[in-house]
Amino acid sequence: MARHKRSIPELYAAARSGERRALGRLLTLVERGGAGADQISELAHPDAGRAHIVGITGAPGAGKSTLVGQLVTDLVAAGRNPAVLAVDPSSPLTGGAILGDRIRMDDAAEPGSGKATAFVRSMATRGHSGGLALAVPLAVRVFDAVGYDPVIIETVGVGQVEVDVVGAADTAVVVMTPGTGDAVQANKAGLLEVADLFVVNKADRPGANDVRRDLDLMLDLSHMTGQESETGYRPPIIMASALHGDGSGDVWDAVEAHLTHLDEADLRAVRRRHRIRTEVRARLEQAMAAAAETAMNSERGSQWLDQAERTEIAPTHATNQLLDVLLSDPEEH
Amino acid sequence: MSDAPTGNEADAAAEEAWRSSPEYAAWRERYDAATLRDKPYETMSGVPVEPIYGPGPYPGEYPYTRGVYPSMYRSRLWTMRMFAGFGTAEDTNARFKDILRNGGTGLSTAFDMPTLMGRDSDSPWALGEVGRAGVAVDTLADMEDLFADIDLSGVSTSMTINGPAAVVLAMYIAVAEKTGVPQAKLAGTIQNDIFKEYQAQKEYIYPPRPSVRIVTDMIQYTAAEMPRWHPVSISGYHIREAGSTAAQELAFTLANGFAYVEAAVAAGVDVDEFAGRLSFFFNSHSDFFEEIGKFRAARRIWARWMKERYGATKERSMLCRFHTQTAGVSLTAQQPEINIARVAIQALAGALGGTQSLHTDSFDEALALPTEKAARIALRTQQIVAHETGAADVIDPLGGSDYVEWMTDEMERQAEAIFAHLDDLGQGSILEGVYAGIENGYFVGEIADSAYRFEREVNNGNRIIVGVNAFTDGDDSDQSILRIDASVEEYQRKRLADVKLGRDDAAVQAALAAVTATAADPTANLMPPIIDAVKAYATLEEVSMAMEKEFGTYVEKAII
Amino acid sequence: MTDTSATDEAPEQLRVILAKLGLDGHDRGIKVVARILRDAGMEVIYLGLRQTTDSIVAAAEQEDADAIGLSMHNAGHMTLAPAMVKAVDEADLGTPVIVGGIVPEDDIQPLLDAGVAAVLGPGTSAEGVAQAVRDAVAAANA
Repeated sequence: MARHKRSIPELYAAARSGERRALGRLLTLVERGGAGADQISELAHPDAGRAHIVGITGAPGAGKSTLVGQLVTDLVAAGRNPAVLAVDPSSPLTGGAILGDRIRMDDAAEPGSGKATAFVRSMATRGHSGGLALAVPLAVRVFDAVGYDPVIIETVGVGQVEVDVVGAADTAVVVMTPGTGDAVQANKAGLLEVADLFVVNKADRPGANDVRRDLDLMLDLSHMTGQESETGYRPPIIMASALHGDGSGDVWDAVEAHLTHLDEADLRAVRRRHRIRTEVRARLEQAMAAAAETAMNSERGSQWLDQAERTEIAPTHATNQLLDVLLSDPEEH
Repeated sequence: MSDAPTGNEADAAAEEAWRSSPEYAAWRERYDAATLRDKPYETMSGVPVEPIYGPGPYPGEYPYTRGVYPSMYRSRLWTMRMFAGFGTAEDTNARFKDILRNGGTGLSTAFDMPTLMGRDSDSPWALGEVGRAGVAVDTLADMEDLFADIDLSGVSTSMTINGPAAVVLAMYIAVAEKTGVPQAKLAGTIQNDIFKEYQAQKEYIYPPRPSVRIVTDMIQYTAAEMPRWHPVSISGYHIREAGSTAAQELAFTLANGFAYVEAAVAAGVDVDEFAGRLSFFFNSHSDFFEEIGKFRAARRIWARWMKERYGATKERSMLCRFHTQTAGVSLTAQQPEINIARVAIQALAGALGGTQSLHTDSFDEALALPTEKAARIALRTQQIVAHETGAADVIDPLGGSDYVEWMTDEMERQAEAIFAHLDDLGQGSILEGVYAGIENGYFVGEIADSAYRFEREVNNGNRIIVGVNAFTDGDDSDQSILRIDASVEEYQRKRLADVKLGRDDAAVQAALAAVTATAADPTANLMPPIIDAVKAYATLEEVSMAMEKEFGTYVEKAII
Repeated sequence: MTDTSATDEAPEQLRVILAKLGLDGHDRGIKVVARILRDAGMEVIYLGLRQTTDSIVAAAEQEDADAIGLSMHNAGHMTLAPAMVKAVDEADLGTPVIVGGIVPEDDIQPLLDAGVAAVLGPGTSAEGVAQAVRDAVAAANA
């Protein structure tokens, strides 16, 4: 049987009516980017804006997948309709990727149980973080627009990409484990500044209280200059053991409490503005980079570059010439 | 010609020196005290051969590199143990009786996949797998059929099962009791090696820690009640099949052994009370000298660690006695008959490595379960190694070869590096190191890396596999293979339904509640309530799930 | 070229779901295949052990998989593989199902007749595995 080929508006309408297959296809088109992704963005934008967006990150092996699996199991049981976007590193060499450790829901495992499940989508980084910066916010918007709430973004690692992705959520959760030096890493990466709550996972292990103490210390020391500190919000630290099913309820309670705090302090719009600005900036940067490449390869661009190579003009001069072209006459390039 | 001794003269002088040493005399005394097989020890051409060549330490002496017993195969050949189990319990019972009629005394049982996973034949998980890869056992009634008309006091039974091992052992005890055989008289082995399930074979039910609690309960129970029973067979076979290197197989297996020792000691059992009844199970692959080095290193490492780290004082606690099976994974679906040659070479490595028992694979196993003819050829293969090659006439005949001694040292060196890593992971405890390695994906990651490296070598032609990536002409055989009738599934489901109808449900529920309650009490032993439950005809899955209520399930992180 | 979109559209990248259906725990082969397909530039979603037809269909929908690869070593393939094909059909996915592992010669044609897209025996080369996936996807989209 051939796979169906449907237009983007058809897929979007189907996804809005609850067809998972259509949503799955839309997300693929989102990942591919280009005009298709732009079209999806236009369609989804009016319908989005309701979902609570939760970012969860932490070092590999911190037990995030297990924790997220428990959270969504609980959420489904409570009648919520969660979606998960799991961002995974891909092989930069071949563009291929293995997206292992797909989130599992505990109670849906029996054959023929027919139980409702969360929508879980894995996304590879496709070798460059730029693609991710565009695809993640759009995928989240699509989930939101077709009715998923909350939308959970799970990323691996504590680097700049994770800070950007998680920092753009309504609620940013950083997961740590004892004995790995995660706290120090997270501090360096700037994750501590964006975290709205911390989870110390595998809290039954020795050293868990040390992590908690370190975090408390860092929170004490950090100059909380953001809006949250003015409202007296201090990120809570939740002790959990996802493998043993302990603490996931506490984690979600804290996530909800944070959302309540955002609403009460009228900060949700601030978060959304930050999110949109981050996305637009990323899109602009990508577009500008592409335009710059095009300009350099244009006939006039090549001439200026050649002249610069022959030291007839300075590289700064070549750059300014190109900029003039780029900024004054974008249609031509 | 000079006056310097010729090579022959120098060798003769060296031999004279070690044969007149006190070490040799001490070993010779023990050797002479042993009962030997009644046969001439000479070559095919009539050249008499000594039981051993080369200086000590000698076989049967610490650290046992050259063998666990002073006279090895001169007293008793390895046990030729063949694995059987398919279809219904009655089918397997018929094959057991065949084996006994033909003079065999050891029964080896393979269970089907649902049984191995603690599932009944009517579970939705069992679809398509009932009776396929082994015999289906749902209740005590199946176990009664499996061993019908067999005197359990006169056989040694090996049962290859891990996750639900306690339930199956309980059924075996109950069958024996019903036929008037006390459990103290039962002899045999149950694999019950749960660590390698998380690392390689993946037939686990509960998370590691409660699973190890079941294992230690069984060690304690058999130590007290079943002196002839081997409660754990620590198995590297599956680790190797999953793709590990020889050294990883060696190291992971022995580390698992150390971990069980630490767990049982922590549960209050004296090391010398149980260590002597631990046994091992290794793979014999095609790289001949590497395998022999691995077997020799295994004995030396186990003896040293048991003595020095765990303070064992009884000799038996230090002996690494092992079963060997040829490498199923080495068998090719292409030109399957040539697997007979592979099996012969692997079997020879097992014999030269000093194995205590040996299973030779059937050449058609890359295609399906072995046919009767293929299984017979496999048995004949090891009989040729035992009786025609002379390999069993001299103890550790390769000992003293510079290459084999180097390889033994190299295997040991690689294994020690892995032990050091695990010891570090566990902060001074191998048990904790093994738990940590399971949790952080160390074992599965290492094994997957090795498996991939091997496949790449085969794929790019750097490693030749005859019939697969070279010498591929002639793959025209039309093999007849053993097929399990799909009606087995239906039959087994009906049988289970009948058993459930005929039992006292209230008694079953009470017995299951007792199992759950005992699971919740870490100081109690699980065996007695499990035996009570199976006697009430609680099913394998019911008893397994009664424990799961307390222990939870284990889902592996999918690590590649 | 004047593309007003922020980025150019990326080329279509195959997404393949690999899973062990049922109780069979032999995962050496499927892990090797996962790496082979990754090295061939595909995105592999490895679901791991003890999957059901339901869980695989759910994942195939959500991940928009181009193909589903199953590895079978327990002689249950004649029951399980057709059950997988049926589940895919019932969900109207059109995703090709490819079976690898130990499948006797005589069973291959019946499996193909039951709707399995390809059967890969032991000893299939890395290129052979990747090509079989590409071919099955191409046939399903034709």
